Amino acid sequence: MLYREVGQFKASYAADQAIFPIRQDRWLMLGALAVAYFVIPATGSEYWLLTIMVPFLVYALAALGLNLLTGYAGQVSLGTGGFMAVGAFATYKLTTVFPGLNIVLALVLAGIIAALVGVLFGFPSLRIKGFYLAVATLASQFFLIWMFNKFPWFYNYSASGVISAPPRALFGQIYVTGAEADPRAKYLFVLTVVVLLALAAKGLVRGRIGRAWMAIRDMDVAAEIIGIRPLRTKLLAFALSSFYCGIAGAMWAFIYTSAVEASAFEIDRSFQILFMIIIGGLGSILGSFLGAGFIVLLPIFLDNAPRLAGLELPVNLVTNLQTMIFGALIIFFLIIEPNGLARLWVIGKEKLRLWPFPH
Amino acid sequence: MWDNPEFVLEVVIGGLLSGIMYSLVALGFVLIFKASGVFNFAQGTMVLFAALTFVGLIERGLPIWMAFVIAVVVMILLAVAVERLMLRSLVNQEQIILFMATIGLAFFLDGFGQLVWGGDVHPLDIGIPKAPLIIGGVLVNEFDLVAAIVAGSLVAALALFFQRTAIGRALRAVADDHQAAQSVGIPLPTIWVIVWSVAGVVGLVAGIMWGSNLGVQFSLSLVALKALPVLMLGGFTSVPGAIVGGLIVGVGEKLAEVFWGPAFGGAIEDWFAYALALVFLLFRPQGLFGERIIERV
Amino acid sequence: MRRIGEPILTADQITLAFGGITALNGISIEIRRHEILAIIGPNGAGKTSMLNVINGFYHPQAGTITWKGETRRRMRPYHAAAAGISRTFQNVALFRGMTTLDNVMTGRLLRMHRNFLWQAIYSGPAEQEELAHRAYAERIIDFLEIQAIRKTPVGRLPYGLQKRVELGRALAMEPELLLLDEPMAGMNVEEKEDMCRFILDINDEFGTTIALIEHDMGVVMDISDRVVVLDYGRKIADGPPDEVRASPEVIAAYLGEPHQREDHAAPQHTAAAQRG
Repeated sequence: MLYREVGQFKASYAADQAIFPIRQDRWLMLGALAVAYFVIPATGSEYWLLTIMVPFLVYALAALGLNLLTGYAGQVSLGTGGFMAVGAFATYKLTTVFPGLNIVLALVLAGIIAALVGVLFGFPSLRIKGFYLAVATLASQFFLIWMFNKFPWFYNYSASGVISAPPRALFGQIYVTGAEADPRAKYLFVLTVVVLLALAAKGLVRGRIGRAWMAIRDMDVAAEIIGIRPLRTKLLAFALSSFYCGIAGAMWAFIYTSAVEASAFEIDRSFQILFMIIIGGLGSILGSFLGAGFIVLLPIFLDNAPRLAGLELPVNLVTNLQTMIFGALIIFFLIIEPNGLARLWVIGKEKLRLWPFPH
Repeated sequence: MWDNPEFVLEVVIGGLLSGIMYSLVALGFVLIFKASGVFNFAQGTMVLFAALTFVGLIERGLPIWMAFVIAVVVMILLAVAVERLMLRSLVNQEQIILFMATIGLAFFLDGFGQLVWGGDVHPLDIGIPKAPLIIGGVLVNEFDLVAAIVAGSLVAALALFFQRTAIGRALRAVADDHQAAQSVGIPLPTIWVIVWSVAGVVGLVAGIMWGSNLGVQFSLSLVALKALPVLMLGGFTSVPGAIVGGLIVGVGEKLAEVFWGPAFGGAIEDWFAYALALVFLLFRPQGLFGERIIERV
Repeated sequence: MRRIGEPILTADQITLAFGGITALNGISIEIRRHEILAIIGPNGAGKTSMLNVINGFYHPQAGTITWKGETRRRMRPYHAAAAGISRTFQNVALFRGMTTLDNVMTGRLLRMHRNFLWQAIYSGPAEQEELAHRAYAERIIDFLEIQAIRKTPVGRLPYGLQKRVELGRALAMEPELLLLDEPMAGMNVEEKEDMCRFILDINDEFGTTIALIEHDMGVVMDISDRVVVLDYGRKIADGPPDEVRASPEVIAAYLGEPHQREDHAAPQHTAAAQRG
């Protein structure tokens, strides 16, 4: 009853191809955006904004980037962390070398640099496929992190190898990076960037590029006979994916943690983001967000659960238990729904359509 | 550089010896991949877990041989658990899903191992001599030599096992085609348990060797990451590939570190193996000995 | 009534070998504009290999292909696609993760050009292009009568419908030459009749030249203008269906040589061949 689509006829192809063809979905999305833009900044504590919402959004963006490459285009990549690092360090160099550079422009440029690096490391994908490609992307991951550690030029010769974000403001007054930045300003900035990029991603995957990617993913031999040029399509996937991951990395360094070193983007990070899209759903924009939310919230939940249950456990034990539970949950999830939370969401909506009838 | 041939020879031999160790870990991967189509990312953690169990038992006073036997039993039990709880439920899923599941397994084993045996470094000494030897004017570490002999014998034994025994034939059948193997009566779950157990024992030996050298600690699981370039080079499905690949990576890494390392500021071992494997792959996308993936349309 | 015109594709002395096996041995075939050509032959004769050579999947060791006046030895599959050749496959090479509509739309990809920036914005030129091509894809969906399954992921469709969707995808490319590899395999009588109807309509309405590999003799005799028979990589007959049916080489290829001993004549083979 809640979710009936009765009466919502699509009278044109345009209506049929809208992002949210069903009215209820549109309201839900608008509602979510309203909450995100108005309710959360007004009511959220600094902790909530800076340690939950901002990382969630940054992770979601990185997951989105990886999903474009792995979920839609089918190229398994374990190099996400490396591309995030490129974005972070590029932004750092740009903002320190050109102090007058607007932060938005710096982010875009850093994204473009990350995209170019992505293209470079994407070339092997024409010859190498499947797991061999995944392992090959590890080459880029290890090389990039080694490079950012090894050459002091990247961190402006600081002794610690840490890059810290210089304060930058939008419109001259609203600081979004650095110590003076209001948490709400940071949050809204990140939110806007992520919303815009998510919309762009949706546009990409709805149209010819998304289709070309999915064709390559499903059967690249057949894709060629349709007239798809595999190298161009794959390289575009690497480029756009790295663009997204680069911006995510830049926002990580500049807004989430304010100071970062290359080791924040090591292979663990790549795996973390890969988990997000597997659990959230490969080939799904919504899935990227759901997966990111799950993985961001899980440790917080696991941290607090013993206390809530009244148990006092030694830190070591808790950490190890967390790791075990994390691993077990991944396996559990993969068994239950290999298509991820996004699929569970779709199934939930289908059940809602029929509610209160069982089938 | 080249005016000191003994030094080069030492580097090469050192590389060969460490290469055999990589081969051993890579072998565990190959076994599981061949027989169950699963890219077992948890192989490294299995090495660690096995070594932790072994060293933990020794620390509790058991004699070496008993600790070894019990560790083997533990790895077999682990194989059974993995097959029942994980593999069985994921039977028809795509490779990427199985791969992710093994990452989950790696996390789980990691936490579990540290939970039971503690997270400190456990030094391990089972009496392998570590003296440097001079053989034919070349400096060789006795430990490396022993490790290489052990690893080499294990690899030879496994190769024989695969080629000569009935079970080995069954394993090869399963690796080729699950359904066909089932239709001639080969029990898939049993085969999987066998393969994962063998991989576990291989991991135990590798763990003991590495652990005697470095001490048994968390970074042991990162050894697996070294084995990946070996697999890329040798092919994911080839036992000789794992051997040859390991040797090439071992030697290549050492030579590169010695001769090119200084130019880059050192520590290029981090990524050199991968770059090397990548170059190889561009010429042979399936590795030196891997099966050519022929897609029939 | 369509007129069969000049040769649109000529394969000249094609030799294709894999290791020790010669799949095609100096074969020369021509395909004439607007005709329906059937390629038949026993299993392993090289029929699919022939299509793969035309398509650019396999590169022959010798021989050339002349397509619309241009001669080449090696063709890449996407050049073939761009040049107006499309095909279907024996084992249905559809994109299983996508719906019927999406699969048919992939056939339009060659004609969609808006770059990724417009795509990211979507509203505007990218959307216009998308909707225009959607309209064309829907015409094909109507034509093939698969409206009901347009939003179904193709992996869930029965085999016969998958073959129809694959045909739709090939048609979406607006090909001048359509290569069909066993389009009726695994279909029942009704489905075969539908498929025949579609093929004849495509040839009639769009003027598409069609070359198909087929085992069902009834279909071959019914719809094809000309038949080429391959056996062990060689062409053993080439002509109108009736002529080919009566050719002694063809009969020998399908039925074998008559044995010395009369009681070993193989009646079941003859009956099967006549049933088609």
